Amino acid sequence: MTTPLLQVEALNIALPVDGELRTVLHDVSFSLEPGRTVGLVGESGSGKSMTARAVARLLPPGARVRGRLEFDGASIVDLRGEALRRYRAGDVSMIFQDPRSAINPVRRIGDFLTEALRINGGMSSRAAGARAVELLAEVGIADGARRLRQYPHELSGGLLQRVMIAATLAVRPRLILADEPTTALDVSTQAEVMAILGRLRAEYGMAMLFITHDLDLAAAVCDETIVMYAGSVVEQHRGASLHEDPLHPYTAALAQARPDIDRATRRLPAIPGYPTTAYEVPPGCAFAPRCPHAVAACTTQEPQLVPIGDGHSRCIRAEELRGRMLTGPSTTEGVA
Amino acid sequence: MTTLTAGEVEVTPPRRRTWGWTRGLGVSGWLSIGVLVLVLLLAVVGPLLASQDPNEGNLAQGFGAPSVEHWLGQDANGRDLLTRLVVGARTAVIGPLLVVVASTILGTVLALAAAWFGGWFDTAVARVVDAVFAFPGLLLAILATALFGAGLPAAVAALSIAYTPYMARIARSAALRERGMPYIAALRVQGIHGLSICVRHILPNIRTLVLANATISFGFALIDLAGLSFIGLGVQPPTADWGAMVGEGLAGILQRYPQESFYAGALIVATVAAANVLGDRLTTRSEGRS
Amino acid sequence: MTTTGEVILRVEGLSKSFPGRGRGHDVLAVDGVEFELAAGGSLGIVGESGSGKTTTARMLIGLERPTTGRILIEGVDHTTPARTARQWRERGRRIQIVFQDPYTSLDRHQTIGSCLSEAVSVHVRGRAGEVSDRVEELAALVGLDDRQLRAVPRALSGGQRQRVAIARALAAEPRILILDEAVSALDVSIQAQILNLLADIRERTGISYLFISHDLAVIRQITDDTLVMRHGRVVEHGPTPRVLDEPQHAYTRLLRSSVPRPGWTPESALAALSGADPTEDDA
Repeated sequence: MTTPLLQVEALNIALPVDGELRTVLHDVSFSLEPGRTVGLVGESGSGKSMTARAVARLLPPGARVRGRLEFDGASIVDLRGEALRRYRAGDVSMIFQDPRSAINPVRRIGDFLTEALRINGGMSSRAAGARAVELLAEVGIADGARRLRQYPHELSGGLLQRVMIAATLAVRPRLILADEPTTALDVSTQAEVMAILGRLRAEYGMAMLFITHDLDLAAAVCDETIVMYAGSVVEQHRGASLHEDPLHPYTAALAQARPDIDRATRRLPAIPGYPTTAYEVPPGCAFAPRCPHAVAACTTQEPQLVPIGDGHSRCIRAEELRGRMLTGPSTTEGVA
Repeated sequence: MTTLTAGEVEVTPPRRRTWGWTRGLGVSGWLSIGVLVLVLLLAVVGPLLASQDPNEGNLAQGFGAPSVEHWLGQDANGRDLLTRLVVGARTAVIGPLLVVVASTILGTVLALAAAWFGGWFDTAVARVVDAVFAFPGLLLAILATALFGAGLPAAVAALSIAYTPYMARIARSAALRERGMPYIAALRVQGIHGLSICVRHILPNIRTLVLANATISFGFALIDLAGLSFIGLGVQPPTADWGAMVGEGLAGILQRYPQESFYAGALIVATVAAANVLGDRLTTRSEGRS
Repeated sequence: MTTTGEVILRVEGLSKSFPGRGRGHDVLAVDGVEFELAAGGSLGIVGESGSGKTTTARMLIGLERPTTGRILIEGVDHTTPARTARQWRERGRRIQIVFQDPYTSLDRHQTIGSCLSEAVSVHVRGRAGEVSDRVEELAALVGLDDRQLRAVPRALSGGQRQRVAIARALAAEPRILILDEAVSALDVSIQAQILNLLADIRERTGISYLFISHDLAVIRQITDDTLVMRHGRVVEHGPTPRVLDEPQHAYTRLLRSSVPRPGWTPESALAALSGADPTEDDA
């Protein structure tokens, strides 16, 4: 087994809000090997984006971090000065949901792409320009020379996201943090962007942390998927069997709540209530108040992440419910 | 997590008390409010507090030193300085207050109308505003006093007009931003009257910004009017006024009695600084969320 | 087309062009759109950014003036946008809209209760009691409680705000409700709640939906018929199951094969597309 590139262990993060520290991540652990993709799936407030931000060292000031967060054996939290700059400039790259907000609108694509090559790579601007055209070709943009002269507003969202990926390639990072990279794009460009990311990962052995709210997409592109709820990991699942064999009731409920493109149902099995945030979690299991399978013990006993099948589940009834969650008691309609 | 997860919306909202427009002012903001409240209080009750006649002096006691009877000393005409400062607060504050009220109302109404009707009306308002911008407020005021005679009324009227464009410009861009929001479209689709949308919806959403700008304008208007009084075109003697007192104190400075100019000037600076700091804090806050 | 009953909305040759950048080139955002919506029916408009689906919605609601074409609602010509508040009210009793973003579609300084009673009092002329009765009725219909009626939008979650927006749109008791990506910004678990709520409301009131979305699975769940729009034109139109299961147009097939589902990979999706209608990017 390869040594992990990214190792997160018992990560707890609290942020200051209105003078008090509020937990946003609770006991998050996972690891990521080179060349592999781990998906972080969850709804708002689940902590998936916060996890990525912690890895990128982009936490807001005043954040309290506990637990281990290591990149290539070195603690990310302890990085300072030059080492931190090197880490951010060369080791990890982030791809954002909305490429338009991550690029300076008044500078040409060429300036944006060649900047890192000229400054960090020490290239002449002619060489950097040639390299930029190569990079664009790698992400499937054939007429690179013309694109370099254009401004961001002249490109569609899908094209711009590919430019962002090309910029990532310029530094050839070892870890890509992709935060909902296709959510703001048209459906028809999603496959293309994901295919490019997959190919680059295979070619260059990059590791990818892929953050998404889309269970189906995560199952399709990730080697391992981590489902988060209220700041905790509730399920960790290898392979693509997330839907057929959910290990946690929340995963099952999410899969069922999503409308099916192949058939309409009279009523969707909605999850009652609203997602909670980590700092409001009741005693016991965070999902218990919305869970169709909850029993008395769920509200008193804090569940641990235990191995089951080809993954882990943070549910005290995981073993007993396995295989029955998708057909379990019909969920009650909820109104919050 | 609310601010960190763009694109994700289902966040349990913080249950905290809202403090209305005073939220997040900080120490400097509250200090400024304190100073301004004191000054306004002085303007209201000042003349009632004065035990001595501000305009009656004993020429023999010109530039009298501080004493039990005259705590801050006397001016060139032997008038009690403390009394004149206390009484002068009202004249010093009332002018800028009128300027701010008039220019704020005028500017906001113009801005709302321009943002709501758009088209040629908006363009016309923008042109007029640009034209008035070209005239410095003080110059316009001097012109007005030349035409209608020295004194507060002409100066206040001129400054009110000169200050309107500032308010109109800021309020218009804020109102335009609101006008483009889906909730305004939803209100129109409901059949809510335009006037009602402007007054009940757009105005409350831009009011912090309007208030912030009004506060800053108050400081500037105070300086402008004090300046006019200083050069003798504003408040006329023997009425006590801070700006006029700075001017009247000039003679004392030459004779090593700088108290009058100093005290009056210090009050002006403190008031203007407080107005600016508070306006600045309010602006910052309204940018966060109005 | 399942226009078995009364046709409540008829759109004929609807086009909209916007002045283009510089060269006097107008951009045709909507190009000859035609369709009918049956009373009590639910019609989906599917498309990506720039397809013209939102411009179409804005013309129907009266926020945009069509360049050519006609809009007939209950047989009455509503092609021209309303000008006065009174005309808006009349149009508003026929057709209403729920916007995508639950954060900007409510006035952040207005309590939910006040928002609903403002909308109600436009249409209900009577005692104050009638207004508050109707507000309570609407709140109950969409599942809002008293505490939420007293709150400002900031204190509500996205799903709750979207319930408010739906209640406000229903205040006028319109015959048609346009839902412009109304569930797209919501989390999956909340989206299901709102979709169920919308189904309940249609069942109970017989209202017609015009459901605009880029999400085919949502379209499948909530609509009877579907139009697929691309570059301002309708490229496919038919009963939703038919359009999604046996897409006739290459573009519909592209959309269909772009949706991840079990067994889907980006590579398989692209392979299925090669040779089909290429999605050209911008110019």
